[in-house]
Amino acid sequence: MSDVVEKTLTALPSLLSLDSQPGSAKLSSTSKLGSLIRGITELTSKHEEEKLIQRELLSIKEQVASPNTTMRQMKELMVRTIYCEMLGYEASFSYIHAIKLAQQGSVLEKRVGYLAVSLFLNESHELLLLLVNTVLKDLQSTNLIEVCMALTVVSQMFPKDMIPAILPLVEEKLNHPKEIIRRKAVLALYKFYLIAPNQVQHIHNKFRKALCDKDPGVMTASLHIYLQMIQENPEGYKDLTGSFVTILKQVVGGKLPMDFNYHSVPAPWLQIQLLRILSLLGKNDPSTSEIMYEVLDESLRRAGMNHNITYAILYECVKCIYTIHPKSDLLEKAAKCIGNFVLSPKINLKYLGLKALTYVVQQDPKLALQHQMTIIECLDHPDLIIKRETLELLFRITNAQNVTVIVEKMLEFLRISKDDHNTIDLVGKVAELAEKYAPDNEWFIETMNTVFSIGGDVMQPDIPNSFLKLLSEGFDSVEEDRKLRLFAVNSYISLLQGEPGKLPQRFLQVISWVLGEYSYLKEDLESAAVLRLLAKLLDMKNSSSETKSWVFMAMTKLCEGTAGVSVAQEVSETYSSSMDTVLRQRAQELEHLSQDSELCAKVLPRGGDREHVEVDSSLSFLDGFVSEALAAGAAPYKPPHQRQEELAQAKVLSLEPYSLSLPISMSSCSITDRQSPTLLSMSSGLSGDSTDLSHKGGSTTLKLDGVKRVWGREGYLSQKEPVEESAQVEVPSPVRSPNQQEEGDSSHSQTPTVTPTLGCEQEKQQLASSLFLGLSTQSPVCLMGKSEPAPQRFRRKAKSLNTSEQISNSLISSPSAVDNLLCNNLLDSSITSEPDLSPPERTTELTTANGTCNTETALTDSGMKGSNPALNRDNSVDATDPPSHEDMDRPKNVCLMSHLPAELCGLAHSEITPLCTNQSLSLSACHVQKEDSLVLVVFINNCSDSDIQQTRIQVDSEDLEVSCVGDSPVEELRSLSVAVCQYSLTVKRPLVNVEVVGMISYQLPVVTTQELQFSYKLPLSSFIRPLMVSTEEYGTMWLAFSNDTKQNLTLISDEQEPLAATLNVLRKKLQLHIVEIIGMEGIVACSLLQDQPCLMHCRVHAGTLAVWLRSPTPDLPDCLIYHCQRALQCH
Amino acid sequence: MIKAILIFNNHGKPRLIRFYQYFAEDMQQQIIRETFHLVSKRDDNVCNFLEGGSLIGGSDYKLIYRHYATLYFVFCVDSSESELGILDLIQVFVETLDKCFENVCELDLIFHMDKVHYILQEVVMGGMVLETNMNEIVAQVELQNRMEKSEGGLSAAPARAVSAVKNMNLPEIPRNINIGDINIKVPSLSPF
Repeated sequence: MSDVVEKTLTALPSLLSLDSQPGSAKLSSTSKLGSLIRGITELTSKHEEEKLIQRELLSIKEQVASPNTTMRQMKELMVRTIYCEMLGYEASFSYIHAIKLAQQGSVLEKRVGYLAVSLFLNESHELLLLLVNTVLKDLQSTNLIEVCMALTVVSQMFPKDMIPAILPLVEEKLNHPKEIIRRKAVLALYKFYLIAPNQVQHIHNKFRKALCDKDPGVMTASLHIYLQMIQENPEGYKDLTGSFVTILKQVVGGKLPMDFNYHSVPAPWLQIQLLRILSLLGKNDPSTSEIMYEVLDESLRRAGMNHNITYAILYECVKCIYTIHPKSDLLEKAAKCIGNFVLSPKINLKYLGLKALTYVVQQDPKLALQHQMTIIECLDHPDLIIKRETLELLFRITNAQNVTVIVEKMLEFLRISKDDHNTIDLVGKVAELAEKYAPDNEWFIETMNTVFSIGGDVMQPDIPNSFLKLLSEGFDSVEEDRKLRLFAVNSYISLLQGEPGKLPQRFLQVISWVLGEYSYLKEDLESAAVLRLLAKLLDMKNSSSETKSWVFMAMTKLCEGTAGVSVAQEVSETYSSSMDTVLRQRAQELEHLSQDSELCAKVLPRGGDREHVEVDSSLSFLDGFVSEALAAGAAPYKPPHQRQEELAQAKVLSLEPYSLSLPISMSSCSITDRQSPTLLSMSSGLSGDSTDLSHKGGSTTLKLDGVKRVWGREGYLSQKEPVEESAQVEVPSPVRSPNQQEEGDSSHSQTPTVTPTLGCEQEKQQLASSLFLGLSTQSPVCLMGKSEPAPQRFRRKAKSLNTSEQISNSLISSPSAVDNLLCNNLLDSSITSEPDLSPPERTTELTTANGTCNTETALTDSGMKGSNPALNRDNSVDATDPPSHEDMDRPKNVCLMSHLPAELCGLAHSEITPLCTNQSLSLSACHVQKEDSLVLVVFINNCSDSDIQQTRIQVDSEDLEVSCVGDSPVEELRSLSVAVCQYSLTVKRPLVNVEVVGMISYQLPVVTTQELQFSYKLPLSSFIRPLMVSTEEYGTMWLAFSNDTKQNLTLISDEQEPLAATLNVLRKKLQLHIVEIIGMEGIVACSLLQDQPCLMHCRVHAGTLAVWLRSPTPDLPDCLIYHCQRALQCH
Repeated sequence: MIKAILIFNNHGKPRLIRFYQYFAEDMQQQIIRETFHLVSKRDDNVCNFLEGGSLIGGSDYKLIYRHYATLYFVFCVDSSESELGILDLIQVFVETLDKCFENVCELDLIFHMDKVHYILQEVVMGGMVLETNMNEIVAQVELQNRMEKSEGGLSAAPARAVSAVKNMNLPEIPRNINIGDINIKVPSLSPF
């Protein structure tokens, strides 16, 4: 305390002098920061530093609180506070003063204030609201520097809810005459786009204007936005490809002013950004890629100089070339470029080269072969980062023949790496490779043992789960299963006999499960011996209680025979008084089951079929108990959040509107229940906690239901991007050009013939030959004596696989002949359902076919087609009646409309919009609003002269759940006919606009399979339906919902009753239900399809409509408000 | 996106800390400590990129750093940034500092932390690269400095103060600030 007084006293004179002499004040204040810094450097211990800074902060605190402190002194104090905060000492008392400084200071002081605010606070800090007015004022200032400061602070952090307040001002700045202001405004808007995309939806065309700005700096800034938006939705910006290419062309061609050069490279960062955008646009899109080939070639050529930054451009170029639709000569150049990177003596370039190789190696494994010696060298590089990257590359080229060498290298790295992140990642990769390519049982089990002991408790829980699943499900051959399991048992027994104390907990759990399940396979092993080994684990100090309960479970499965039972009894006695309830329960179970062998056999059938075990997660067997308790007067169960809410209501004055008294009515219960993620019924909710408990400790079988399936037969399921795979397929053959083929061959054939001049060199060669084995599939030179490509060893049992595959492939699976016929039949009838538009001859002919619509006609029909396509009836019709073609084209929409399935005809539907067309097919779609669902109708119009076969259409969406309605994935499509597919759509998560993407593949008689991609956008409003509720219900629901948004909307004021008029517009346009209007307030309700209600409270206030939306679904209020805005704007 | 920019000296003392993504105070300190730990044990002949670690934003983040005399300049970025591009951006930033402070040294960064922040604000804004052209950055900073002068001839004061500090014979300073090689050398291109 005396310290403080002393400090204050010493500070006083300087304070006084500050006031009187501003000139010298500056000096002394700076030296105060100086003395602080000097003071800190003098100290020897962290503890002393802490004391000094706390003292300093106390004195600062006193000074900032004093009313006599001038703004200028405040500025100096703030700098010192920033310094203290940087060292990690909190000075929250100063935050409010920082805001005050930004508010009231002159420009210079303001600058410090803003800086302090942006360093101290974060987006969600409550004090930030106080800054909004200051920012508003500064944005309107005539002083450029003030405007700049405001924009900077806005882009650093701004409360999401307050964006609407300043948005118009920031937008205005896009037209500011000063280039720097425009540029900062663009970045601020980008920041808004990142944190609240819905708020800036309406200014997308202004972004375009920024892109076309005459100042290249502003254009560069706008690329940030485009990169982000194109990443989210590449389809939407394909039209800009030309512009980006033109810009890049000009930049590369040196058309920019000289100031944009950096080390005489024109605007390198701009080039990098553009190349990234182009690669996103050209991905999987041949026609767009076509536009950019030339400029990419140009970039590669120009970036020839030997400077760091040109390599940055080259790297992006190469990545772009390998991402977009491939072109052979560009690929060749890019490959050469990658070679330069890999071979470069500069370590940074080598790193990037390896990265690039990793990226392209799936498309072009030959490239790795070319650089095999460099890769080997990188494996022994002293830099761990390089080593790690090399392993990543090797991981991509692993196959059955080189797996042992590669896994060995990975494990070697794992043993020296201490980084958790690396360990988790690599361990997962090793486990994946081991499961995929294991050459034999011993190797597999041993590798997994290493994985478990190294990965320990940091690895992903999927790995042990998937391993145990693999063991328990087994493979096709029973004998193989037995061998694998037996080997595992043997290996674990010997591990337990060694030093089990060093093994990680997860590994011990795996061991105890395997021993519990399969130790009976080892015939010469007494179960009592295993029990004793397991009991040893229980006694170890560092075993966690989770592990102990796994051990207990294993023991329960094993206890038999008198010796076994006695061990079990002993253990269960010790633990039946354990402090841990779970363990106590397990001990009890063990005790009871060990005494009653019959019961034990019933509860834990050995080797039994586990697929029959079902878990009743709703706990319905407790219903009787619950209803009894309820009848006896027990209070119904309420989830915690509801209880809390009620508690809060009881204590505090309710400030919420509509706070009707909340009786514990059935309706409120059901609402909360619906929200609860587990979907437990109310009665089962009563015993919610006990569910958790019974699930926890590891019961008789493994809980693998909820576990994400990461490893499958085909490899790592989740990480492999389907896109990349398709790209791999699409690589045209020229890439594997003959000369590369030769190189690949020679590198292989040369390895054995190399004269062993240097032992080390030879060693490397050997390593190379074993690492890159199996990469050149055309010439399997086998050095290890394995000629045939080893079949994958661990093939999961056919049974379990088939079921899952059937589900996923049901759409694609080729239907049987009968299906085919049925399908044809259906098609015929759908074609002929619009007789008035088709030419007369055709109609009669087809209707006859339709009239007699039996399988026989269809049979002969398809028979004809199969035997002789030239005689195809439709073809002949076209030949005799050419006008029919035009006839079909002109009134297309009307025509298509008539194809709308009868049950959808009377309903509201959107306009039919074309999706995609080529010479043979055209696709269009519309959506129909049914009462309880939204149906997407896709019309497939075959406008060619020939039949299309094997049509497959797939529709999918990130934001929606799509399910096919009806029976017809169309198979065949006659010439000039239309097929209709229906999909029912449900919203997964609300977005302002949702999008469906799809692909149709088909086969023309002559040409091979073709594909067309399409996307269809629809507004969220089409999923909105009125929600019929009474005011009381509304009140109850209002309280239960947690996500809300408030905003002001424009009021339609030209009518008598503005509120009613406005709400009516919303009702008509968005199908909202007006619950009640009282005076200047109104309440409105609607729901997003499938029970996602959203409530809206409107109040007329100062000429605008203040709305407050609430919903249990996050983002729904935001999206709805956007649509309300739109609806009212359009009005 | 640039997630954070950290400058610390060879002993791990922070000289400038700027986060573009929110982290709690103690988390920030931990990030600084761990980053220093990672970066400081690497010699000068290894690559300037560091990957992995779950410090900021998990696997989609890397550290790109440069080491000048007594200071480490570390940029934490996500995958949307070009590695070599950022490496040169650091160079641009340091060269700009050198221009603004005339032969910059660690002391300049300490005593003019606020100024360094203003310069940085012209290079990186809210995590996005705003300007890469050194002359443009210097022009912006000078514009602000002119304003400072017009506010009453104050700008000369801090410079005087620093030169005073620089020239003062400070027996007590050292230990952490190594005066011997305090000048950051700004080679036209540092070893990489």
